[in-house]
Amino acid sequence: MFTQRKYYYPYISPFDPCRPIEVKSYETPPQLYIGFQPPSLPQYESPKEALYRGTLWPALYSPYRNPYERGDEQQ
Amino acid sequence: MTNPMPQEYYDLLEEIQAVDFVLVELTLYLDTHPQDYETIQQFNQYSQYTKQLKQQYEQLYGPLMEFGMSYSSYPWKWDNAPWPWQV
Amino acid sequence: MWYYEKKLQYPVKVRECNPRLAKYLIEQYGGADGELAAALRYLNQRYTIPDKVIGLLTDIGTEEFAHLEMIATMVYKLTKDATAEQMKEAGLGAHYANHDKALFYNNAGGVPWTASYIQAKGDPIADIYEDIAAEEKARATYQWIINMSDDPDLNDGLKYLREREVVHSLRFREAAEILKEERDKKIIF
Repeated sequence: MFTQRKYYYPYISPFDPCRPIEVKSYETPPQLYIGFQPPSLPQYESPKEALYRGTLWPALYSPYRNPYERGDEQQ
Repeated sequence: MTNPMPQEYYDLLEEIQAVDFVLVELTLYLDTHPQDYETIQQFNQYSQYTKQLKQQYEQLYGPLMEFGMSYSSYPWKWDNAPWPWQV
Repeated sequence: MWYYEKKLQYPVKVRECNPRLAKYLIEQYGGADGELAAALRYLNQRYTIPDKVIGLLTDIGTEEFAHLEMIATMVYKLTKDATAEQMKEAGLGAHYANHDKALFYNNAGGVPWTASYIQAKGDPIADIYEDIAAEEKARATYQWIINMSDDPDLNDGLKYLREREVVHSLRFREAAEILKEERDKKIIF
């Protein structure tokens, strides 16, 4: 399944002083995949929805949440 | 100006912010897609709509813009609070 | 010339008085990848770039000033009624000694804004690629601030600003394609 968030597994040394984060992640938002926006992409239903999403087009929307809060980094 | 501002103020302001946001998005899109006829039509529709909303807003709460871009009632209300960061 | 409109681009809300968050957020006010640097970078590059991307630089540069005002509003609200003691506890004692609650163009570490944060190379490709990088760096900065903030209302505004970086980045990527002048010569899917 496609996800904007990508994961990697850093090398862990027995001498690392902090408790290791086994899985790290980073964002790859939609502008990296679009190239040149094609015409007539579907738009959000209302101006208010567009405003609160921060874009007029669902294809450009990039959700973001604190990864530490989601527990991603402890997977 | 009343302190605090009534709920209707926030509602109308939000409506204007939403419509103007669509206009910002369409503007940036058209800057790189100048031949998109349908989007230009949509842009002109929203452009007309925001003018109506702002006329309504300015009658109730005073001018949104200066240097002659908004009409003035008497007395001059540009200096009246609240400013955008205060509400 | 420019016209000011007496409204924010987005309904900014802040739930709690929290000068420590203001200290971090000032990075986007007077930091290297902040909104001031963005606005000045784009508007200044316009004079030496092909006509077909000047409109975009003008419009994104102008929008950045609207974002600068949003950040100022957030900082203003986060610190408005904080006491000198609260400012000190939040690590803003040095700021308070020099500025009271006044906003100042410096980064989260208190380093004042400098023109060396921005470049105008005069080479269209170098300048547009700098702009794409600037948008990605600003997006990352918003992420790191969201990760440290537990104010849901503030985070709502920060997520909006982060999304704007995504859209601006796409438009600059399109500008790079336009500068290559190969788009009309072949079909691009």
